Amino acid sequence: MALEIAFWVLAIVAIAAALAVVTLRNVFRAALSLILCFLAVAGIFIILSADFLAAVQILIYVGAISVLIILAIMLTREVERGSLSNKLVVPVLISAVLFFGTVTFAMLKTSWSLVSLPPAEATTVALASKLFGEDGFILTVEIAAILLLATIIGAITIVREK
Amino acid sequence: METVIPNELVWLIFLLPILSFAVIALFVRPFLNNPRLSGYISISAIFGSFILSTWVLISLLSAPGHELVIPDFNWLVIDSAINIHLGLMIDSLTAVMLIVVTLVSLMVQLYSQGYMKGDPGYHRYYALLSLFTASMLGLVMVDNLLLMFVFWEMVGLCSYLLIGFWFHRPAAANAAKKAFIVTRIGDFGFLGAILLLLSQTGTLDIAQLHSLALAGVLTGTVLTWAAIGIFLGAIGKSAQFPLHVWLPDAMEGPTPVSALIHAATMVAAGVFLVARMFPLFEHSEVALLTVAIIGGLTAIFAATMGLVMTDIKRVLAYSTISQLGYMMLGLGVGGIAIGIFHLFNHAFFKALLFLGAGSVSHATGTFDMRQMGGLRKVMPWTYATFLIASLSIAGIWPLAGFWSKDEILASSINNQPILFYLAMVTVFMTAFYMFRVVFLTFGGQYRGGSPANHSPRPHESPSVMITPMVVLAVLAVGSGWFNVTGGFSRFLEPSETHVFQGFFGILAHPLPWVSLILAGAGILLAYAIYSARWLSAERIGRLFEPFYVVFSNKYWFDELYENIIARIVLLKGLFAGIKLFDSRFIDRGINAFFIENLVVRRFFSGLKSFDNRGIDGAVNGVADTTVATGRVLRIAQTGQLQLYGMFIILGILAISLALIFFS
Amino acid sequence: MSLGLEHYLVLSAALFSIGLYGALTKRSAVVILMSIELMLNAANIALVAFSRYIVPALLTGQVFTIFSIVVAAAEATVGLAIIMAIYRSRETIDTTKIDLMKW
Repeated sequence: MALEIAFWVLAIVAIAAALAVVTLRNVFRAALSLILCFLAVAGIFIILSADFLAAVQILIYVGAISVLIILAIMLTREVERGSLSNKLVVPVLISAVLFFGTVTFAMLKTSWSLVSLPPAEATTVALASKLFGEDGFILTVEIAAILLLATIIGAITIVREK
Repeated sequence: METVIPNELVWLIFLLPILSFAVIALFVRPFLNNPRLSGYISISAIFGSFILSTWVLISLLSAPGHELVIPDFNWLVIDSAINIHLGLMIDSLTAVMLIVVTLVSLMVQLYSQGYMKGDPGYHRYYALLSLFTASMLGLVMVDNLLLMFVFWEMVGLCSYLLIGFWFHRPAAANAAKKAFIVTRIGDFGFLGAILLLLSQTGTLDIAQLHSLALAGVLTGTVLTWAAIGIFLGAIGKSAQFPLHVWLPDAMEGPTPVSALIHAATMVAAGVFLVARMFPLFEHSEVALLTVAIIGGLTAIFAATMGLVMTDIKRVLAYSTISQLGYMMLGLGVGGIAIGIFHLFNHAFFKALLFLGAGSVSHATGTFDMRQMGGLRKVMPWTYATFLIASLSIAGIWPLAGFWSKDEILASSINNQPILFYLAMVTVFMTAFYMFRVVFLTFGGQYRGGSPANHSPRPHESPSVMITPMVVLAVLAVGSGWFNVTGGFSRFLEPSETHVFQGFFGILAHPLPWVSLILAGAGILLAYAIYSARWLSAERIGRLFEPFYVVFSNKYWFDELYENIIARIVLLKGLFAGIKLFDSRFIDRGINAFFIENLVVRRFFSGLKSFDNRGIDGAVNGVADTTVATGRVLRIAQTGQLQLYGMFIILGILAISLALIFFS
Repeated sequence: MSLGLEHYLVLSAALFSIGLYGALTKRSAVVILMSIELMLNAANIALVAFSRYIVPALLTGQVFTIFSIVVAAAEATVGLAIIMAIYRSRETIDTTKIDLMKW
């Protein structure tokens, strides 16, 4: 029961915060709503007993990406202009609602092959052995490392003063 | 040298040029910026590949079944249903192609050192040449269709980059685009065939597909459609009718690139593909007949256009299309050995012709034969080598072209008499247009060269350009002798029956005499018109004016395609609709009636201009159409990424709804 | 009504659609980037939910999510760098005004 209450609260907070991100005129407030949304998603991860991911979510999204975004807002004087919309509001709104409807319909129609096992506890150790252990995802981890390296170099190259 | 080549070294054959590409692009250009070094790296890499290819050939000659078994490894395994290997298939066909590609590429790269001297894109040029050669080498070596398709597309990409090498010239940029798009039409067929074969057999391994076709498992409609799809890919790459339009325009690239494209890479890929998948064609009468008919038609069709071109490279381009038609005809009526033998010989003399044309333009600053003339005395080496190549392509005994061409003729006389007569007429035309080039370029008096020429007096090219031409000239004379006793044919197809025997023995048959007489008549006619001037070119032109107009307008194929694209494919109505949507729902401001009026008016003016063009056949119509097409297309291309995003979402919605409702 | 997979999936779809709306309608490149982050988060929720309800012992969905977060971080970094570069040269990050690629 407690889990259900937590889910509904978190879901409502996440959706409300997400709506705020795309509707608020003040870009800075939109960014703060985004942080709130990230936090709610972290909570959802905890309910799904993905405790490690919840921590990662907070560290990376709330800690790093949000800071980056706020930095970008500051550096580009976005706050003065506000968050405006282009001419596509009505058609995109219709498309997005239709998309939501279609996807929800498809998801509810599908008969998922559910397994009613209890979730794995202490996911950190299990994840680590998944990522780095035998028959694991070690190659993918290395590719991710190269991607991050390339990102660092790329970002520096792009913003460097000529 | 009797030892068999180690497997690792076989991989090196195409890894070396790739490595050279990477070193030039990532290291030499940014850090050393020494153009000559780029050239040397690229040339050493291809030289290494050539040595290794020769070794492969020597190993194969003694290997059982003329085949090397190279262990491969799994690349893509999906659920045990699809298992794609990464491996090499080294057989006699591969070995011949390896020699052709590496040798011609080596000569072209040596020659380019002189031709491209001082060009600001020298690094890029050599990097791309390396990549181009590597792609082609990969294409001929891989053992499954998926990888082959990858290399196939890489060859297409490299030719796009090289044809558009001087991309600041609009003509070059357009020619590159045209080559890319036209060949892509054929590639759809190839891809379709690959998917069809995968879904029907579950394998893309070429050897397995061969055995399936031989065992009769793969038969009937599936086999026919797969073969025709593969041939469609070959039509695009090898510039066969009706997708031949890109090759003449590809002349906008640097001349050594043309030599490479026309001789060893790109266009040879199509012929090679058909030869590689030949067991599939062999078991489908329809497919084999299609290959022969398209080949035979292309041969004569392209030759007629070659008769009237005034640009030396364009004549050569049409002659390539025509000769590729011969190869297809040879494959269709004879078999692998006959078609590939012509490819083998053609590679050398056609590369030589292009290098000669490049040497001529190097001296005169133009490709227009009307501005040349009299170069025989100032450019003796170029003249001698060009003459040899022309005699070879015309099929004069005992030069290379004679041997392969007469085998094609001999096999077509029994199977396809109509195509045989067409091919005979083509022999005459080939001799005529080639010697028209020779007499216009090298005979008579010098007619001044390009008005914008920097060196008013033509001169012989430097020895770095002449040497490769001499090497190729030796091959243009002698490459046909490999099959004098049928050795080449037996190497490729052990069961092949060889028609002609012996260096002089061939002259005991009547057919070679007929073709020799036809070729001689063509040369004589060219001499009579363009050198001795017994006959006036203008008067003959007037006499055959309808033909002249048709040929010199290239049968209006360019105009036809441009109009089809502009009028039908682009669906004017759809774009007008998008524009209407844009204005009504998005801008809300503009009067919709005005737009409709404009659309209707443009449609009628389009019709009118089509009418004019159809009657006039005006060439500048092409430019108008392109502009008009662009104007229509621009409406959909707003440059607004988010609008594109919305269309993506609508597309996803449409697909999802279709899936929900129809499944 | 007890908590099931569908709850998470619908939540994920809702967040995704909201992000989609933002990504396609906003003029400011920064807000577009924020919307894209929303969409990525929505996908992560779906991945973790699948992991929890379909393969609870295997954790593969969580592994996927980790990589998805890595890619999202990389995307945000480069995206913001590009935004900074554009702002520096064009004095605006309004996407309706950045259409230089259109001839």
